[in-house]
Amino acid sequence: MFRYLVRRMLWAIFLFLVITFVTFVIFFMAPNDPARAQCGGEQARRACLVLVTEKLGLDKPVTTQYALFINKLLPISWYYDEAWHATPQLQQPTLGKQYATGASLDDTIKQAAPVTASLVLGGAVLWMIIGLSVGIFSALRPRSLIDRAAMVFVLIGVSAHPVWIGLIFSYFFGVKWHITPIANYANFFGAPPDSGLPGGPAQWAYHMILPWMTFAILFAALYVRMIRANVMETLNEDYVRTARAKGAPERRVLFSHVLRNALLPVVTMLGMDIAVGLGGAIFTEGVYQLPGLGRTIIVSLQAEDLATIQAVVVFATVSILIFNLIVDLLYAWVDPRIRLS
Amino acid sequence: MALLEVKDLRTSFRTEDGIVKAVDGVSFSVEKGQTLGIVGESGSGKSVTCLTIMGLNARKNTISSGEALWKGKDLLTAKPSELRQIRGDDMSMIFQDPMTSLNPVHTIGKQLVEAVQLHRDVTTRVARARALELLKAVGIPKAETRIDDYPHQFSGGMRQRVMIAMALINDPDLLIADEPTTALDVTTQAQILNLMKRLQEDFGSAIIMITHDLGVVAETADDVVVMYAAKVVEHADVSDLFNRPQHPYTWGLMGSLPRLETDTERLVQIPGQPPSLLRPPNGCRFHPRCPYVMGVCRTTEPPLEPTEHDPEHLQACHLDQETKNREAAKLLESTMAEAG
Repeated sequence: MFRYLVRRMLWAIFLFLVITFVTFVIFFMAPNDPARAQCGGEQARRACLVLVTEKLGLDKPVTTQYALFINKLLPISWYYDEAWHATPQLQQPTLGKQYATGASLDDTIKQAAPVTASLVLGGAVLWMIIGLSVGIFSALRPRSLIDRAAMVFVLIGVSAHPVWIGLIFSYFFGVKWHITPIANYANFFGAPPDSGLPGGPAQWAYHMILPWMTFAILFAALYVRMIRANVMETLNEDYVRTARAKGAPERRVLFSHVLRNALLPVVTMLGMDIAVGLGGAIFTEGVYQLPGLGRTIIVSLQAEDLATIQAVVVFATVSILIFNLIVDLLYAWVDPRIRLS
Repeated sequence: MALLEVKDLRTSFRTEDGIVKAVDGVSFSVEKGQTLGIVGESGSGKSVTCLTIMGLNARKNTISSGEALWKGKDLLTAKPSELRQIRGDDMSMIFQDPMTSLNPVHTIGKQLVEAVQLHRDVTTRVARARALELLKAVGIPKAETRIDDYPHQFSGGMRQRVMIAMALINDPDLLIADEPTTALDVTTQAQILNLMKRLQEDFGSAIIMITHDLGVVAETADDVVVMYAAKVVEHADVSDLFNRPQHPYTWGLMGSLPRLETDTERLVQIPGQPPSLLRPPNGCRFHPRCPYVMGVCRTTEPPLEPTEHDPEHLQACHLDQETKNREAAKLLESTMAEAG
């Protein structure tokens, strides 16, 4: 188990380096000069450009720049003095600063990540509730009216674009019926005093209803379909017949014998989907103007703010790697056949 | 009163191509402590007969009629909850493939304990002690530690032992074994059969042994039902069946048994394929494959009737008794001759 964990960790670090390096190289090759951004764009003065290029190390080779970037993410610096002497010293890990404004990217991520996390985790709860209840019911009553209705829902859910769904929801629930707010985020732990903004758990949930629904609908559709197929397949397993032959009531057969097996692959998929979602639910955040990672990416792209995008990529990569690790460990726990290998 | 009395049992499945009559008017009875063998090729309706009795066919698309009287109570009309109380308690079942018949995510101990607690209001500790007792009875080595293992940590033969333990854990009156040795290798087959015989003596259960192997029947059964294409073609006491087989299909099965004593190059086989149950042949269902076929066989279905020598020996064939006796004697003679 310990060896497995170590191996997984090393693999995760390797993947992290590969992914961040590739993004870094792509940005390095993009026709964009961070020094110019900091010196005021088109009207930048030559002296300023030289100074900033020097300060940010933009004249150094890409590998060196990458090494500096990675080094800043670590709590120990060993590479960062004027003469390139390797003198290890403790430092505060940081994602760096925005080129144009000099604002801390750590703060940007700290503000945006909880918004995206609220959206994705809440959405995941919602789509699992729908996926499990509708999927299981459809599997138990195939070709029934509810099963057919569910399949229509699945078709719509996988076909419709979240932006379109978001707009439709905003129009009906918000504009027409005045049931929910249609934009903005309310902080779960309360808004800053004197800001006049809504805050607290109730406002948070109230503002998140439509985003959750919009974000969850695609996944709910996919999960309904997958859970239905898995449950139907598992119902035909020999061990389910054995359970019935033992005299187990249907409810017990379903929960103890069918679901436990049918949901194994769902665990994997759930972990991956949550992790990918944490990288930014761009469309949903865009429609509802939620200041999450997805919107941060859109804004940064428009501003050609590569440092911010790189920070989001780093955050997303780390969260995906961590979630994958959790899923693998969880899987080994729920499926005894994995443990020994 | 017989323990289980099956009368004119019929089971059909609705399929896209039409109605498949998988079991078509089967009758037999099982006495306390006795073993009934049901023999036939794949698709002859042996398994479906037993699944119908147990109420384990998928409810949808299945139509059953007739009677299956368990201690006088009809199982086919019983409520699901009543059936559930009988299943796994008074009447239990072992399946063909032990590799897939145990739930992979639960320890075998948990699955055995569940079998007990579904029918007995006992603590887990008591149920676990019972499970351990049964695992020892079926010959699982180091049962104390293996009880907490998962099915994938057991071999096929060991898993079938666990299945047998699970089936016997509530001391059932009837054990239905659906080809319990088919998926196992030959040495393991013999071990499992011996184990079942020994346990039958200890537990006093009646057994329905479903098999396509006449050798298994000869070794275990008291009474034998031979099924062909959803129907019973012969039903007799085991010694009577082997000494005076009356149906050409039974002869075919016996002729195809391998024998140690002779150097047969190739085993005799019954020519042709079992018929489709979607559209079974007219008349006698065996007639397209029968070497003794007569005109009447193609038009009229032979009834299942007692033979002259023994009212308990039932057979369904149009051939005259003289031919049957002659052929049966010939078959027996060749067997004897081979056996020296």
